[in-house]
Amino acid sequence: MTADHVEDLDAFRERARAFIGEHLRRVGPVALSIRNERTDEEEQAAVARDREIQRMLFDAGLAGICVPREYGGQGLTPAHQQALNDELAGYEFAMRIQVPTFTPCLAVLLEFGTEEQKQRHIPAILKGEEIWMQLLSEPSGGSDVAGALTSAIRDGDEWVLNGSKVWTTGAWWSDWGLCLARTNWDVPKHRGLTVFMVPIHQPGIEVHRIEMLNGNREFCQEFLTDVRVPDRDRIGEVDEGWTVGTRWMFHERMLYNSPLVTIPSGTPRGSAGNASALVTARNAGRLGDPTVRDLIGEDRTLDLVGQALQRRIGEGIATQTMSGQASAIGRVFGGVATTRRLTIAFEIAGAAGAAWCDDDGELVHCGNDFLMRQTSCIGGGTTEMARNVISERLLGMPRERTLDRDVAFREVPRSASSRERERLLERGAKTGGSP
Amino acid sequence: MMLEPSPDQQLFRQTTARFLDEHAPVGELRRLRDDPAGFDEKYWRRGVELGWTSPLVAEQHGGGSISGDGLADLTLVAYEFGRHAAPGPLVPSNVVAAALSAAGSDAHGALLADLLSGASIASWALGEPAPNHRLGSVALDVRVDGADVVLTGVKRPVESAGEADHLLLTGRTGAGLTQVLVPTDAAGVTVEPMATVDLTRRFGRVTFDDVRLPSEAVLGEVGGAGQQVERQLQIALVLLAAESVGAMERGFDLTVEWAFDRYTFGRPLASYQALKHRFADMKVWLEASHAIGDAAAAAVASGSPDAGELVSAATAFLGDHGSELLQDCVQMHGGIGVTFEHDLHLFLRRHTVNRALYGTPAEHRQRIADLVEQRETAAA
Repeated sequence: MTADHVEDLDAFRERARAFIGEHLRRVGPVALSIRNERTDEEEQAAVARDREIQRMLFDAGLAGICVPREYGGQGLTPAHQQALNDELAGYEFAMRIQVPTFTPCLAVLLEFGTEEQKQRHIPAILKGEEIWMQLLSEPSGGSDVAGALTSAIRDGDEWVLNGSKVWTTGAWWSDWGLCLARTNWDVPKHRGLTVFMVPIHQPGIEVHRIEMLNGNREFCQEFLTDVRVPDRDRIGEVDEGWTVGTRWMFHERMLYNSPLVTIPSGTPRGSAGNASALVTARNAGRLGDPTVRDLIGEDRTLDLVGQALQRRIGEGIATQTMSGQASAIGRVFGGVATTRRLTIAFEIAGAAGAAWCDDDGELVHCGNDFLMRQTSCIGGGTTEMARNVISERLLGMPRERTLDRDVAFREVPRSASSRERERLLERGAKTGGSP
Repeated sequence: MMLEPSPDQQLFRQTTARFLDEHAPVGELRRLRDDPAGFDEKYWRRGVELGWTSPLVAEQHGGGSISGDGLADLTLVAYEFGRHAAPGPLVPSNVVAAALSAAGSDAHGALLADLLSGASIASWALGEPAPNHRLGSVALDVRVDGADVVLTGVKRPVESAGEADHLLLTGRTGAGLTQVLVPTDAAGVTVEPMATVDLTRRFGRVTFDDVRLPSEAVLGEVGGAGQQVERQLQIALVLLAAESVGAMERGFDLTVEWAFDRYTFGRPLASYQALKHRFADMKVWLEASHAIGDAAAAAVASGSPDAGELVSAATAFLGDHGSELLQDCVQMHGGIGVTFEHDLHLFLRRHTVNRALYGTPAEHRQRIADLVEQRETAAA
C-alpha cells in the first residue's frame, strides 16, 4: 500500500462491519446526556471500557480515520468516517473520548502543534491512552473566553500558571488539558493570550466536582496553583493564543459533526435522553390523546429535521460548500430543539413530571430533564453567541460594539468578583507565592 | 435545495431560473392576478419544453431525467418556481404524469404524450369538502356498473381545474381507493372557480354528478390504489416542500437586503442585536428546511421505508417555520411589507397556499404519530 493510496469506500465499510460485528457489543439507544445516572465506580468502569474500545479501533486500523498516517491515523476521508459511523449504529462506542478529546483538542494539536508535540500526543490519543479536556471557560465568564484571567508567567524555560477553569466534563478521569492563559495584561485582550498543554493530575491542580441541580457530578472546576509548564508544552506563539483560540472555538462548535469524531449514526444528541415521545406517552398512558399525538408528531419532526440538518452542515463544511461558521446553525437548532423536546416530554408526563415512582418507566426522567432544559442552549457556547456568529459571520451584519478592543486588558471594565480575583492573583505573582 | 447538484443538474436549474426571470418577472405575476387561468398557454408549453414534466416519466414513455433521479431533478425546478412565485400547474402535472407512467395502460398513452409536450394540462383531484376534508379521508363514490364506472361526489380544491382537460380523480370503492382519469368535458362534471390567496395559482370545486366512464378510464386496480395514492401524495409534498423552500429563501434574501439598506436612528436595521438574532433564527429555519426537504426527496426517490415519515416531517416543519419566517420578514419590513406594491407578499402567498394544500402541519404531525406507533409496534 503506497502512502497516497486511499482505501476503497466499500472495502473500508466491509472491514469496519467485520470488526464491529466481532468486537463490539450491541446496545440500545445511547444518549449523550447529563443525567445523574451512574455511580463513580460505574463511571470509571465506563471510562475504562471506552479506552479499551479506542485501543481495539486503533489496532484494527479504524482509529483517527481523518488523521494523517504519520500520527497513527488512517489518512482517509470524511466519507470513510461517515461509513464507520453508519456501521456503528446500534453498537457501543467510545463515547467519552470523542468531545472534547478528538474535537477540539486533537484538532487543535493537528493544526498548531509542533511535530514533536503531535508525535507525543496524537498516537496516544488514538490508542485511548490520553483523554483530553478543555481548560477554557473561567468562573469570571463563559461566553467571553478571550477575557481569560488565568495567568501564565514566564520563569526561564518554564511557565507558572495560576487561576481557575470551569465546566470541564469528566476532568476527574481525564489525563491532559488544553489551557488558555493570559501572558500579557498590557495589550488588548485578544493579543495577550497563550495556549498550553497541561497534565491534569498533578499537585498544582485541584479538581473540584460541581454538583448540578439534578445531582450529576461530571462537570468539574480546577484550581491551578503555581502549575509549572515547560515551554515545549506551549501551543503556538507566545501572546498568539487567540489565533489558536478562534480555531479552537470552531472545532468546538463542530462537535459531533466533526469528521474527527466517531459516533454511531442516529445517536440522540444533547440532553434529550433516549426515549421518544411515543415511549413517554405510552408510559403515561396517554397514547390515545390527540393533543399528545400532536406532541409526538412534533417531537419526531424535530428529531428528523435535526438529523437532516446536522448531516447537511457536516457535509457542507467538509466539502467547503459552506463556511466553517455554519456549525453555529446546527448549534442553535440543536439547542432550541432539545429544549422544546424536553418540554414536550414534561408536558406528556403530566403529574409524573412533578412526582414519580420507580416503576414509572421513562417518566422518572421528565422532571429533572425539564429543570436541566437550558443546558442544551448553554453548554459548548450559548445559543446567543451562536446567533451572533450566524448574523455577523454568515449574513455579514455589523459586529456588536464592545468596550474591550483597543485598550490594555488590565483597563477593561469587569465584574466585581473578577476584579477581586485579579487583585489576589497579581499580589500572588508579585510575592512569588500562591494567591 | 441540494447542497451539491451535479453540473448537469445545475444547468437544468439555471435554465429554468433564466426562463422564469425572463417570462415570469414580478410585473407579469401582478398582471396575471386578473387572468382567469393564471398562466399563459404559450409560457407553459415553452417551460414544458425545458423538461418541466418529463423527469418522473419513464424513458420508454418519452420522459427521462438528467441525473437518473428524476425527483431530485424536479425539486430544482420546484425550488426555482418558489424563488420566482412562478405560474403554472407544476405539481399536479407531474403527479399525474408520474402516475400515468407508473400505472397507466396504453389507453392513457396519448394523454401522457400530450402532458410531455405541453399540449394538455392534467390535474389531481384528491381533497374533498367537509366532513371528508382531513388528510387521508376520501369518500367520493366510484361505483362499478357493468363495463362502466360511475362517479358521484365533490372534490376541492383542485388546482387548475378550469384549465385541465383531464383530472386524475381519487375516489373510494367500498373499503379501497380507486383512481379514474376523467376528461373534464365528460357529462356530469361541473367546475366552479374558487377564490385563493395566490396571485397565479387557480383552484376549482369540481362536482361529479353520476359521471359515467368506461372502465378503461380506471388507473390501476379498482379498490386497490392505496399505495399509488400514497406515492402521489409523497411526490406532491416533496415538490411543494422544494417550492416552499425557494419562496422562503427569496423572502429571506429580500429582507436581509432590506436590513442593510434601511436606516433608523442613524443605524442600519442589520446593526441591532435584537433583530440580528431574529435573522439568525430565520437562517436556522431556512437551512433546516433545505435539509429536511432534501432528505424527504431522497427517501421518496429511493422508496425508503421512512419516506412517509420524512415527507410529513418536512411538511409539518416547513409549514410552521416557513410561515413564521415569512411573517417575520413582513414584520422586519414594517407597513410596506403588507402592501401590494412590495414583492414580499408574492412569496408569502406561495408558501401560504402550499402549507394548506395537502394536509396542514397539525395533520401531518398526527400522521407522523401514527407512523411512529406502527413502526415501534412492528419492531416490538
